[in-house]
Amino acid sequence: MNITAPTIEYLQLAPLLIVFGAAILGVLVEAFAPRYLRRAMHIPLTLLSLAGAFALVIVQTIKGVPTEPSAMGAVAVDGPTLFIWGIILVLAFVTLLLINDEDHFVPAASAVPGSAEEERALIEGNVHTEVYPLALFAIGGMLLFPASNDLLIMFVALEVMSLPLYLLCGLARRRRLLSQESAMKYFLLGAFSSAFFLYGTALLYGFAGSVDLAKIDTALGAVGGQDALLYTGAALLGVGLLFKIGAAPFQAWKPDVYQGAPTPVTALMASGTLVAAFGALLRVFWIALGNLDWDWSPIMWAVAILTMVVGAILAITQTDIKRMLAYSSIAHAGFLLVGVVAIGDAKQNSIALSSILFYLAVYGITSVGAFAVVTMVRDAGGEAWHLSRWAGLGKRSPKLAGVFAFFLLAFAGIPLTSGFFGKYAVFQAAIAGGALPLVVVGVVSSAIAAFFYVRVIVLMFFSDPAPDGPTVVLPSWGTAGVVGFAALATVVLGVFPQPVLDLAQSAAGSLFVR
Amino acid sequence: MEPAEILSNPGGVIGVSWLMIALPLLGAAVLLLGGRRTDKWGHFLGVLMALASFVVAALVFFQMLGFAPAERRVSVPLYAFIPGVADLGLLIDPLSISFALLITGVGSLIHIYSIGYMSHDTDRRRFFAYLNLFVAAMLLLVLADNYVALFIGWEGVGLASYLLIGFWQFKPSAATAAKKAFVVNRVGDFGLLIAIFIVFTTFGSVAFGEVFPKAGEASQGTLTAIGLLLLLGACGKSAQLPLQSWLLDAMEGPTPVSALIHAATMVTAGVYLVVRSGAAFFPGDGTASLVVTIVGVATLLAGAIIGTAKDDIKKALAGSTMSQIGYMMLAAGLGPVGYAFAIAHLITHGFFKANLFLGAGSVMHGMNDQVDMRRYGGLRTLMPVTFITFLVGYLAIIGFPLLSGYFTKDGIIETAMEHNAILGWLAVAGAGITGFYMSRVVFMTFFGERRWDKDVHPHESPAVMTWPLIVLAAGSAVLGAYLVLSNRLMVFLGPAVGLPEELPAFHVVSPVGLATLALVAAGAGYAWLKYGRQEVPVVAPRGSFLTTFARRDLYGDALNEALFMRPGQWLTRLAVWFDNRGVDGLVNGLAATIGGTSGRLRRIQTGYVRSYALSIFVGAAILAGAWFVVGTL
Repeated sequence: MNITAPTIEYLQLAPLLIVFGAAILGVLVEAFAPRYLRRAMHIPLTLLSLAGAFALVIVQTIKGVPTEPSAMGAVAVDGPTLFIWGIILVLAFVTLLLINDEDHFVPAASAVPGSAEEERALIEGNVHTEVYPLALFAIGGMLLFPASNDLLIMFVALEVMSLPLYLLCGLARRRRLLSQESAMKYFLLGAFSSAFFLYGTALLYGFAGSVDLAKIDTALGAVGGQDALLYTGAALLGVGLLFKIGAAPFQAWKPDVYQGAPTPVTALMASGTLVAAFGALLRVFWIALGNLDWDWSPIMWAVAILTMVVGAILAITQTDIKRMLAYSSIAHAGFLLVGVVAIGDAKQNSIALSSILFYLAVYGITSVGAFAVVTMVRDAGGEAWHLSRWAGLGKRSPKLAGVFAFFLLAFAGIPLTSGFFGKYAVFQAAIAGGALPLVVVGVVSSAIAAFFYVRVIVLMFFSDPAPDGPTVVLPSWGTAGVVGFAALATVVLGVFPQPVLDLAQSAAGSLFVR
Repeated sequence: MEPAEILSNPGGVIGVSWLMIALPLLGAAVLLLGGRRTDKWGHFLGVLMALASFVVAALVFFQMLGFAPAERRVSVPLYAFIPGVADLGLLIDPLSISFALLITGVGSLIHIYSIGYMSHDTDRRRFFAYLNLFVAAMLLLVLADNYVALFIGWEGVGLASYLLIGFWQFKPSAATAAKKAFVVNRVGDFGLLIAIFIVFTTFGSVAFGEVFPKAGEASQGTLTAIGLLLLLGACGKSAQLPLQSWLLDAMEGPTPVSALIHAATMVTAGVYLVVRSGAAFFPGDGTASLVVTIVGVATLLAGAIIGTAKDDIKKALAGSTMSQIGYMMLAAGLGPVGYAFAIAHLITHGFFKANLFLGAGSVMHGMNDQVDMRRYGGLRTLMPVTFITFLVGYLAIIGFPLLSGYFTKDGIIETAMEHNAILGWLAVAGAGITGFYMSRVVFMTFFGERRWDKDVHPHESPAVMTWPLIVLAAGSAVLGAYLVLSNRLMVFLGPAVGLPEELPAFHVVSPVGLATLALVAAGAGYAWLKYGRQEVPVVAPRGSFLTTFARRDLYGDALNEALFMRPGQWLTRLAVWFDNRGVDGLVNGLAATIGGTSGRLRRIQTGYVRSYALSIFVGAAILAGAWFVVGTL
């Protein structure tokens, strides 16, 4: 029996390989470098690898987008993938600047909260430099997830992305019990949803005889009488993906996990994971199940409506700033699903896809900025999580409060912010795709959502500051850079969205390769 | 001749004409974001950016002169702004470049002047930031090639005006005046906004290049509605009746602001709007243009009458600004000949009114910020430069032969006379009153007894303030003749606003002109009798009911209060009553429903992983079940 060696297009996969390679090097650093040198080695390694991967993505975009899947059909490096990679790498880079900031992570994760051991680690100034390779593995997974062209690779990517995140969630320096609880919950529920994903994959394999997305699509027309396998498999697969983006009714983990995780990690999940999961969701539903859209559209409609409404309504009564942002993220996932439903002919698909890509880019950046601000508002016990503590922040540090207000307006989709064009693009695509009722629900939920965004602004600027209110820590250059970058991007994309819109359009123009 | 076709971007300096807007915007951003670090050099940056913008405008102008007249309308698309609705682009044509030159030219002079005027203010940097912001927004307003971008500029100048009127916000009067300007302008802005909505629904576009050629396709009623709503917007911004009341209070702002925003440029935006939309929405014989002329005449008389009774030098000048813009508005309702005179008067007015305001500022600077003219007197020897330049501005505005106003204002009066004798004679009467109130200002300020307090030591202003005055005075003297003789401006503007079939011949001496001159002389003579020869009492005499009428701004505020504020308050009370009884049930019910739902749904979020997992499981079951139902249907 002859076994031909697989062909691997190394250049096309280079961004992935660089990130994974750097992650492995990071593990070696942990193993062999002396403790005091580790941080100094991790920082350049991590940031340079991300920057290098980003540069390679740009090189590939300029060189021309491949029209065939790479690595024997396992990974598809096409226009949308490159755009998504670009977004994820930028978001990962700025999030790592946040992670870089000291004192977000626990000195000794294995010490029982409140124990003498923890106290000692704190005094000795220990740090868990493992967060760098962990983050890199997660980012690598995020890159592979939306690019995978068959379900098994996708599953592997899902796990590579998720496992390090479970760990990272448990490493918060303050409110440690909450953090550990969130890690536990995220792990259990994540494992649960992965099981759905895997079972769905198995059933679809049973149906189509292949896990390749394109082959499943072909099988839709060829195979008859196996509807039970197909429907159950597709539904279970959908559950696994919808869980990751936090669509209702699979959203329950999001607020708890976002709240407990160290804020920089929350920022990574709110931006990178969401982007990656949407990429994968689109690939599965538009390629493998693209010809089944008459079946899944109504279901997706319901999920989108439920997600928008649940996100917007539940956010109203939140008192924890991170939980509020988590519900806001759920609502935004709903708005994005509106774009997913707007499937149609090739032209309509490219309009919808480009709108989703643009939305992902602007939402990701704004949300990293918002979480970066959250890391800076502190009181004695760490971040000032309770909303009432934010009262009067505008009087005490008007610049920071102003920037945060601006991010909130962008979330609400007020014109002259990037959020407006994100929503505008998605809703316009949805109307063109005949989903007008969904858009109506979207606009109504936006109005409800605007209420709680503006409420925070009112709280910051029109309430008297609490006498012992939180202080704003002087940001390190990294955090200041993140906030500045996010604010700049939100302004520029709100006034001058054309270049990124064009980029998204040309990325979406070629649609997904099969 | 119809306006010329809009051609595509020819490159060159015109290709980068967006720099005109970008440079002052950058200046404002640096100064606002830089904070106190930029205090030391902030004002220089502000001046530099305004000057740089002027240089770009001048280069664009000269490049345009190199084209044949029919090729002088070009659009410079920048980028798609709201996909499918509005692109952001600039329309460079003779009309917009005339405005750009005025805004950046006079704007730069006023920036320079402000270095001296604001030298004692601790917040000088912020002042320059706002001034730069204003220049950028105003340029966007006049250079935009569609109504949406114009509206952004429109709101931008409104914001800058609000910030600058209330610049000394520690004074309650300034803060109130800023709010008043904002609220009154809002009424006009809604008019403009609705006009834009109608334009978009009717023509499917907001770009000038697409809307204007198609204007004929819409029904007469629609066109009139758009015209009247645009006029409402114009009235708000340009302080025309019935939205005039904010301008007098706006004088609370620092004097350079009054000169730049509330005299030379922003308040003329309404005239720009009418002239720009003229050919399409204000056809010569339509209702809309008739209303424009009526509003213009009413305001020119009202402003002049208010000007006669004010003792506050800035308010007297503000009344005069209202009145002069009334003239422009009147001209803007008279078709292509009128457009040219409206713009000519607008440009010369920009010069002489800025000149007069800055002169007034120079006087105030030397008089410990005293604004009451009854406390001035005999300043001509102490402030010679200010006096001479003020005198030139004064002679220009009253239409002294061969100075600017003589050409531009008389042009408007003659055009109006040909159009409708009643309008014409009312405009002549306005000129007579102008002669009176402006002479009154000059006599009370520079002639007669010295009436100031002991601790005031009037002195001439520093060179950084007097030089801009000299330049403006020179412009006030000669610009009118340059623009009007041989119809220079009219021919230049032709490609943008259209040319009349037959160019009017300008008579240096005409019966109407002589009548106007006689009335102006009579007004000035009467002012001399009352304020030059007689002693001016330090405390204002009670005066006749007419004086009171003028002093109270023709009861404009009282009218507003009686007509809008009180009924508004009643309406509010009624609404509150109704709201409490009826609507609240609905609205609060809705809010309570949402809030309550939120509160109840929140309980689902128990925090137990097992219930989360259950919800996922149930969700998955429903999803799969639904798929079966949908799939087998």
